[in-house]
Amino acid sequence: MGKRLAVTGNQAIAEAMRQINPDVCAAYPITPSTEVMQRFASFVANGKVDTELVTVESEHSAMSACIGASAAGGRVMTATSSQGLALMWEMLHIASGMRLPVVMTLVNRALSAPINIHGDHSDGMGARDCGWIQLWSENAQEAYDNLIQAIRIAEHDDVRLPAMVCLDGFIISHSIESMEFLSDDLVKEFIGEFKAKNPLLDVNNPVTYGPLVLPDYFMEFKRQQHEAMLNAKDVVLQVAKEFEKVSGRSYGLFEEYRLDDAEIAIVVLNSAAGTFKDVVDEYRDRGIKVGLLKPRLFRPFPYKEVAEALSGAKVIGVLDRADSFGGFGPMYMEIASAMMSNGTNPVMIDRVYGLGGRDFMPEHAAQLIDELKEILDTGKVTLYKDYLGVRE
Amino acid sequence: MAETVEIRWHGRGGQGTVTAAKVLADACLSGGKYVQAFPEYGPERAGAPLRAYNRISSKPLRMHCPVTHPNIVAVVDATLLDSIDVAEGAPDDAIFVVNTAKEPSEIRKKMGLKDTQKVFTVDASKIALETIGRPLPNSCMLGALAKASGLVPLDVLLADVKASFGSKFSEKIITANLEATRRGYEEVKEG
Repeated sequence: MGKRLAVTGNQAIAEAMRQINPDVCAAYPITPSTEVMQRFASFVANGKVDTELVTVESEHSAMSACIGASAAGGRVMTATSSQGLALMWEMLHIASGMRLPVVMTLVNRALSAPINIHGDHSDGMGARDCGWIQLWSENAQEAYDNLIQAIRIAEHDDVRLPAMVCLDGFIISHSIESMEFLSDDLVKEFIGEFKAKNPLLDVNNPVTYGPLVLPDYFMEFKRQQHEAMLNAKDVVLQVAKEFEKVSGRSYGLFEEYRLDDAEIAIVVLNSAAGTFKDVVDEYRDRGIKVGLLKPRLFRPFPYKEVAEALSGAKVIGVLDRADSFGGFGPMYMEIASAMMSNGTNPVMIDRVYGLGGRDFMPEHAAQLIDELKEILDTGKVTLYKDYLGVRE
Repeated sequence: MAETVEIRWHGRGGQGTVTAAKVLADACLSGGKYVQAFPEYGPERAGAPLRAYNRISSKPLRMHCPVTHPNIVAVVDATLLDSIDVAEGAPDDAIFVVNTAKEPSEIRKKMGLKDTQKVFTVDASKIALETIGRPLPNSCMLGALAKASGLVPLDVLLADVKASFGSKFSEKIITANLEATRRGYEEVKEG
């Protein structure tokens, strides 16, 4: 049994990083992830970790330094949010294209303009196609557990890809919650020694990273990246199984909540899923068959497994905390893709909520279930894409 | 006690309200509960009205949104009673703990509370001046809230107030805050 403490989400992440003790960490602070690096920097200064902390002048440089250190043969971590991730965008592709297992915490925050510091998923969803594994977290406990598992997933021989662990800015990063920590020794043993693959610093076996590859071979590189991503799915499950043995906490590709016999299904990521579960219970008490699916692994997306889990649902409400202006939200598009091949043909609606940290209240969850119940009873859909909790 | 208790704190920037919510969470955690403590983030300025929240439960907490139907309302600065409806959303059996020199009956009348709602008052600013030497009412309010709610025993609360100061503060400041907490617990009045 680990130690139970009341901490902020950022504190939980910083503790996980201390226990992981990476070789190199390059970072540039940005709200709401600042506290992660502030705490980690004090661990470095106080000799609690052996990490080489590289303070840089921008997030572009932070990711560049992470890439260099990872290619050189080190275990490398960083953290960022919002505009910071946006500024890294170019380098995110370099990290994944070079197959470097950098592990990053993304404390989700809205993208400007107008400027906003609060939590939504527009940053992480914007990085969807950058070739990074994405694990999403409901609360501080999940963020801590995901970060430790991300090391094993990213560094696995069948994967060797960068990974980001997402948690909601402020709602989780700055709220204090009780959670359970593993012991330092347990974490050290679980993640194991870092095994460098083709490190640049192995001067006896010189290698090249990121050379020019023209049309004759470029597609083969990209095809292999996709293959590695597909491999990540099994590795995520395998690592989760081992993690359960040491922690007692079980993880899958996603979490199913009262979904077995549900006619109405909700798909929702991160902290809002917690609030929604309480409302699902209220409706279940009233005899309404509603359940919830909370994705954990968003890249690679487990289409087949998600479709199977949702195959009993007649109506599905997908919640998106990020928008695609003029299109459906990113989560809706994944669920629609998953269900298309499934043949069960449920009615699916997309509801954008919580942008820029707008509170997601139990009333919003109830409003959505009521609407889905109405669709279930009448078969009529007013709007396939709409907004929840907005002034019109 | 109900399975989950939700608390809303009303204070002004600089009064230590957010810290009080944190210390309460720690004290309830020591008692084996699941806890949450979080402020409402806005433009933080000294003197500006702010809210902070706690959830305390015997089962894991999943709700991640502000408290809108508080079982307990703690008013750290009584001047807020004139500008904010601190009773908004409070259920019929809500408990109010107010930092004021006035009697509970007077506050009950002023706020127009229901007979089923309970009112507790404590002159936390005065006690803070007498113990800490500065009008920082948070430690005293913690003691009063602990007594009014029965959420946490005094000895557990005192241990966590002490721990919250860590090693950064002088023995004198810590002792004064412990005294303020104890006096809040003992001097809070119900009416």
